[in-house]
Amino acid sequence: MLNCSIGENSMKRLRVMGLALAASFCAAQADAEELSGTLRKIKETGVINIGYRDSSIPFSYLDDNQKPIGFAIDICLKIVDAVKKELKLDKLTVEFNPVTSSTRIPLLANGTIDLECGSTTNNPERLKQVAFTNTHFLTATRFISKKSSKLSSIEDLKGKSVASTSGTTNIRQLTEANAARNLGINIIPAKEHAESFLMVETDRAVAAVLDDILLASFAAGSKDPDAYVISTDAFSKPEPYGIMLRKDDPAFKKVADDATSALYRSAEGQKLYDRWFMQKIPPKGLNLNVPIGAELKKAFAKPTDSPDPDFYKSM
Amino acid sequence: MNYHWNWRVFWEPAPSGTGTYLDMLLSGLVLTIETALCAWIIALAFGAVIGVLRTLPSKTASLVGFAYVEFFRNMPLLVQLFLWYFVLPELLPRASGLWLKQLPGAPFYTAAIGIGLFMSARVAEQTRAGISSLPRGQKLAATALGLTTAQTYRYVLLPMAFRIILPPLTSEFLSTIKNTSVALTIGLIELTAEARAMQEFSFQVFEAFTAATVLYLLINIVVVIVMRFVERGVAVPGYITGK
Amino acid sequence: MFANFDFDVIRRSLTYLFFDGMTFTLTLTSLATCGGIIFGTLLAMMRLSGFWLLSRFAGLYVDLMRSLPLVLVIFWFYFLVPYIGQWLTGASRPIRVGAFASSLVTFTLFEAAYFSEIMRAGIQSISRGQPAAAQALGLTYGQTMRYVVLPQAFRNMLPVLLTQTIVLFQDTSLVYVLSIPDFLGAASKVAQRDGRLVEMYLFAALVYFVISCVASFGVRRLQARLAFAR
Repeated sequence: MLNCSIGENSMKRLRVMGLALAASFCAAQADAEELSGTLRKIKETGVINIGYRDSSIPFSYLDDNQKPIGFAIDICLKIVDAVKKELKLDKLTVEFNPVTSSTRIPLLANGTIDLECGSTTNNPERLKQVAFTNTHFLTATRFISKKSSKLSSIEDLKGKSVASTSGTTNIRQLTEANAARNLGINIIPAKEHAESFLMVETDRAVAAVLDDILLASFAAGSKDPDAYVISTDAFSKPEPYGIMLRKDDPAFKKVADDATSALYRSAEGQKLYDRWFMQKIPPKGLNLNVPIGAELKKAFAKPTDSPDPDFYKSM
Repeated sequence: MNYHWNWRVFWEPAPSGTGTYLDMLLSGLVLTIETALCAWIIALAFGAVIGVLRTLPSKTASLVGFAYVEFFRNMPLLVQLFLWYFVLPELLPRASGLWLKQLPGAPFYTAAIGIGLFMSARVAEQTRAGISSLPRGQKLAATALGLTTAQTYRYVLLPMAFRIILPPLTSEFLSTIKNTSVALTIGLIELTAEARAMQEFSFQVFEAFTAATVLYLLINIVVVIVMRFVERGVAVPGYITGK
Repeated sequence: MFANFDFDVIRRSLTYLFFDGMTFTLTLTSLATCGGIIFGTLLAMMRLSGFWLLSRFAGLYVDLMRSLPLVLVIFWFYFLVPYIGQWLTGASRPIRVGAFASSLVTFTLFEAAYFSEIMRAGIQSISRGQPAAAQALGLTYGQTMRYVVLPQAFRNMLPVLLTQTIVLFQDTSLVYVLSIPDFLGAASKVAQRDGRLVEMYLFAALVYFVISCVASFGVRRLQARLAFAR
């Protein structure tokens, strides 16, 4: 009788264990087949589409051979490697698509690109439409002008013509400041960052409002870098840049988050930063000489995708 | 399709502080109409002159007209706007160039003149076709009566020619309205540009463009109806255009 | 006046301008023309057919496309085509469409409205005797169209069709608004990168002018030959 009861219990335990094993085996099979969203698309087509920018130096821009290069491009290529490993693919073709500030979100939503690698600001409003992976830079909105125009504060822009790129947080902040402070600025929207800067270079606008790191790159790469000055007055707090991906796609986001997190925390991440910000970059051999800021250093040590500028201050 | 529809976005305040998104679109509509009207006046003025030039007996006048029309017809409108907006100020002496570049409303004047001259070539062709379609007897009778060439054109040929070409001129005017959208590339914030700005600020792509589409259709319908009244109003009874 | 202009920038970027930009423009023009004429002829036949539904649909389509600015239609299709593809093929996600495919769809569908008006005029200009004779000979509607009406209509309207093609060629420059690299887009990129607006835009204007001039001269010669042959 005792033998039977012991036998029954162990039988039951064996049965439960057996069922659990079978269930986990089935789940593993199901995981491999139930890829969803972007990962499924990449597995089915064998292609990943990356959106790049024309002139967001040094994040994503075209070199002399019209090939996209940059800090964000290199980060994206690391994400591509991680995707390749995750999906166990022998071959993963990377296709590059040009995007502008105003086409990047619609093109991400309609599937033309899977990752947007550039200088896109991560903020709560955009999070309603897209998702971002771990922050790769922090920058505030400032304006650049010719030294001869003698403009130092935002109030000095009253009644003048100011350029900015359409579809950016910069033009939005400029529009809101214009309305709130009643500045009567004539806002000239440009298609790309290079065009915004060109407006100032050709005296069509007295100032261009963009992220300060981009302004620094344009001034340094221009024909006469000393003629320009970037304002200390800012339109915003330093806001985070992130690489964009589609919303409601947790599997793909996890791969991207893990890849970027591993990259930023490692020595390779620091080397990547130095390569684009502390050394000569193509095509003209410019050295931006922007040492890594304190807040960005902390954001690399503890990677985060927070859209809140105050979060980085308090880190 | 994971696009989030939101038709109430038109009543949400626009970041430019001037009102709702609908107000943004309507201000773009007003600018479209203003630019189209200015361009059309320029097109009619220049086009009529060039069209007449092409029908004059003088060889030089004919050649000048031909060169003018070929010049403006063989370049895309976008390229012409770029030449006026970007290239012209650089070719002028520094002071005038600077003044031109910093003129408030420079996109508006550039667009009106650029589109006006582009359309004037087409108006010239229509005018030429209209005058050529008149029976030769008209001109001969005018000469027989002792009218000079100028008087012949003013009192006999042009009045009838314009009535004949009113329908094609209507479609040229509609073309002018559509061509104002090209001026968004030189910074004119007309209807299409406002729809684009609305899309960029609110992320509601389809709502913004649907509104712009509806507004363009409305303009079309209004213009067609108005021109029909004009045609009926100026028709000469008993002639081909009249009843 | 031309003292500090650097026209060498044109020479340096010639390969990029012509191999990347001009091939895009010319390929787009030729493919959109073929597609536009085919679809336009179809629309014209629908409009002239006896079926009220087909006729109305074709009429509305043509009126809609002719009322809208091309810039707006370009924006619409650039963002919309993947969703249409998804709906048409019943796929689980929007179909990925590149810049060229999207532009091709846009220009084919847009210009089809204009080509359809030309073909409609062409079909209507054929004397009634022709289809009547075809019917008397026992040809079906399809055969009448294919062997009698359409060849004549096409030949009659050839100069107008070619002129519309030249217009299409010039209209392709509008893909500039989406930073798509056609000839003007390529010239623009070089201009902005090197700060040489005057040189590049003058060169682009010259190229468009020469191509369009030569093409319209060709059409005029063709028109003269056809008029003589009749």
